[in-house]
Amino acid sequence: MSNAAPLLEVRNLRVEFPTRRGTLVALDDVSFSISPGEVLGVVGESGAGKSMTGAAIIGLLEPPGRIAKGQILLDGRRIDNLRYEQMRRIRGKEIGAIFQDPLTTLNPLYTVGRQLTETMTTHLPIGPAEARRRAIEWLEMVGIPAAAQRIDSYPHEFSGGMRQRVVIALALCAEPRLIVADEPTTALDVSIQAQVIALLKRLAREKGTAMMLVTHDMGVIAETADRVAVMYAGRVAEIGPVREVVKHANHPYSAGLMASIPPLDRRVERLAQIDGAMPRLSAIPRGCAYNPRCPKVFSRCADERPDLLDAGTTRAACWLYALEAPHG
Amino acid sequence: MADAPPMFEARDLARHFDVSRPLLQRMVAREGRRTLKAVDGISFDIPKGRTLSLVGESGCGKSTVARLAVGLYTPTAGSVRFDGRDLGAARASADQRRRMQMIFQDPYASLNPRWRVKNIVAEPIRAFGLVTTKAEEEMRVAELLTQVGLSPLDGDKFPHEFSGGQRQRISIARALSSNPEFLVCDEPTSALDVSVQAQILNLMKELQQRLGLTFLFISHNLAVVRQVSDRIGVMYLGRLAELAPAESLFRRPRHPYTRALMEAIPDLEMTGRDRIPVGGEVPSPITPPSGCAFHPRCPLAQDRCKRERPEMKSAGGAMVACHAVEEGRDDAMPMPAIARDAA
Repeated sequence: MSNAAPLLEVRNLRVEFPTRRGTLVALDDVSFSISPGEVLGVVGESGAGKSMTGAAIIGLLEPPGRIAKGQILLDGRRIDNLRYEQMRRIRGKEIGAIFQDPLTTLNPLYTVGRQLTETMTTHLPIGPAEARRRAIEWLEMVGIPAAAQRIDSYPHEFSGGMRQRVVIALALCAEPRLIVADEPTTALDVSIQAQVIALLKRLAREKGTAMMLVTHDMGVIAETADRVAVMYAGRVAEIGPVREVVKHANHPYSAGLMASIPPLDRRVERLAQIDGAMPRLSAIPRGCAYNPRCPKVFSRCADERPDLLDAGTTRAACWLYALEAPHG
Repeated sequence: MADAPPMFEARDLARHFDVSRPLLQRMVAREGRRTLKAVDGISFDIPKGRTLSLVGESGCGKSTVARLAVGLYTPTAGSVRFDGRDLGAARASADQRRRMQMIFQDPYASLNPRWRVKNIVAEPIRAFGLVTTKAEEEMRVAELLTQVGLSPLDGDKFPHEFSGGQRQRISIARALSSNPEFLVCDEPTSALDVSVQAQILNLMKELQQRLGLTFLFISHNLAVVRQVSDRIGVMYLGRLAELAPAESLFRRPRHPYTRALMEAIPDLEMTGRDRIPVGGEVPSPITPPSGCAFHPRCPLAQDRCKRERPEMKSAGGAMVACHAVEEGRDDAMPMPAIARDAA
C-alpha cells in the first residue's frame, strides 16, 4: 500500500497565529504522507493540532492563522500557496471534507438532493439529470433507506445519524481522491458509528480514496486506520502502522495515551493516567514538549527538541531512540 | 448485592413529555396530542456505597432518569425513594437535597463563568448553611480543592483559566461541598480527552472509597461503565432491557440489544477486524414500535415480540426484558466477541 507514490505529502508544516502578545506556533514541523487507498489516523488530545492540520490541508485555516513554513503537496503539486479561487476548485473536486457537526455542514434551506446535484454539476462533467441519478445512488450507498423519495427532503427531516451520512455522501459525490474527515463519527451513537465507519473503509478499499481521519476515539482508529500519527502540542510525536502504535507504542506519550483508555474486556482497579495536562501554545516547554510529564525523561530532553527518529517499528520524536542514547 | 439497604430506589419510574404541536396547528392538521415517553416504567435500586450505571444510546432516556433521581424532574408515574423516603410527591427537603448532588457532562456550561472558583465551590456550603464563619468556609473550600487534586490557590481564578479536566474537578469539588452521600453523574467524562478521563475516573473511584459515596452513573461508553460499576442497566427507548451485575453483564450478556451493543463498539483489539453494526436506526421515542421496542432491529424477533411488551424477568443473575430469553431461544444469537474471549 505504502509503496505507491503518496497522494498527499505534508512537509515541515508550520502554522502560526500572530497575536498581540507574540506569535503562537500551533503546528511545528509536521510531516507525513498518505498514499492512495490508505487511511491515516491522526490522534491526540484537544489542542494538539489534529484539526488544525486538517484545516491547513483543505485551505481553511481560520485567520489570523497562516502557514509560515513548509509545503503541502497533492499529487506532487503544491496546494498550500494557491489563491482562494484555485483552492476552492480543488476543494470538493480533489479533496472532500467531512466535519464533526452534520448540522452546520448542510445548508438548511436546500434539499439534500439539490446540495448533492449542485456539488456534482460544479465539479464533474455531467448534467443535472445524470447528477440526480447519481445523487440517489450515493444516498443509497451511504445507507439512506428509500433514497429516491428522501432526496427531496430538507436536512432537518433527517435524524442526526442520517444527516452525517448525507454529509459523507456530499463529501464523496464529486469523487475526490483525498478525504479529510475531522471527527466524522463523534456525534453519532455506536450502532450508527459502526455503519459510517464500515462505509468509509469500503470506499478507501474499493475506490482507492486516501483518507486522513482525525479523531480522539482510539477504537475508531484501531479498526479503520492503516497508519496512525500521534500529535502532541502541535507536533507529531509518533507515526507508524496502527497495530504497532496502538499495541507497542515507542514514544512515552503515545504509550501513556493508549494505556489510559479504559479497556472493554476487563476491569482494572485503577486506570493508568498521565498526570498534568498538555501545555498551552503560549507555554510550550523547551526541548521535548512532553518532558515535564514524561516518566522516561533525561537531561537531553529538556534542552534539545527531538525530530522523528527511527524507533524500529515506528518513527518517534523521542531522544530514547537517538543512536547515541544514554545507557541504563 | 443485598449487603446493604438500598440508598436509592426507583420503582416503575416514568416521565412523559407533551411534545404536541400548538393547538391551532393540531386542529388544522387534525392530529391529536403527542407524548414522548422518555422514561417508561423502570425499576432499580442502588445499595449504599455502590455504583449503578445506566448505559444506552442517545434518546434512550438515561439522562432523564438522572434528572428524575435528583428531583430536577417530577415523575409522571412511579416513585423515587432516597434512603427510604419518597422524593416524588413533595419538594425534597433541604436535608435531602444536601445529601444528593449532581455532576454534569459539560464542564464548560455547568460553571458560572463570572464567578471565582472559590465562590462556585462554596455556593452549596452557603445555601445549606453548613459553616458559620468566613474562615471556616475558606478552610472547607481549600480542603475540597485539595481533595480533587487542585491547589487551594486555584480558588481565586475563574473557570476559563482551567482546562476541561480541571473544570470537571471543580464540578466535583462543588458537588462534594455539601457532604452528599449520593452523587448522580451524567456523562461526567464524555467531554474529556482519554488521558484526562482516566484522571477523573480514578479520582471518582478514590473519593467513593474514601467517603463511602453512592453513585448513579450515566454513560454511553461501555468500557468506562465496566471500570466503575457494580451493577449496570442497559436502556433502550425509555425502558430497561437488562439489569445485571457488571461482571456478569460482560461475561454473559443476555438481551439481544446488549449483545448487539457490545459487538458494535470499536475496541483497541480490533485492528484490521470489522465490527458488526447493529442494523437500522434507533426508532423515534414518540412513535415507538409495538411490543418490544427493539423488535425491528432484533435478529431473534418473532410474532410475540411485535405484539406483547416483555417485562423484566429474572434470568440467571440478571433481570432481562426479552421474550426470546424467557423462552430459552437466545442461544440462537452468538455472544459478542468480548464475552467469548472472556469465556
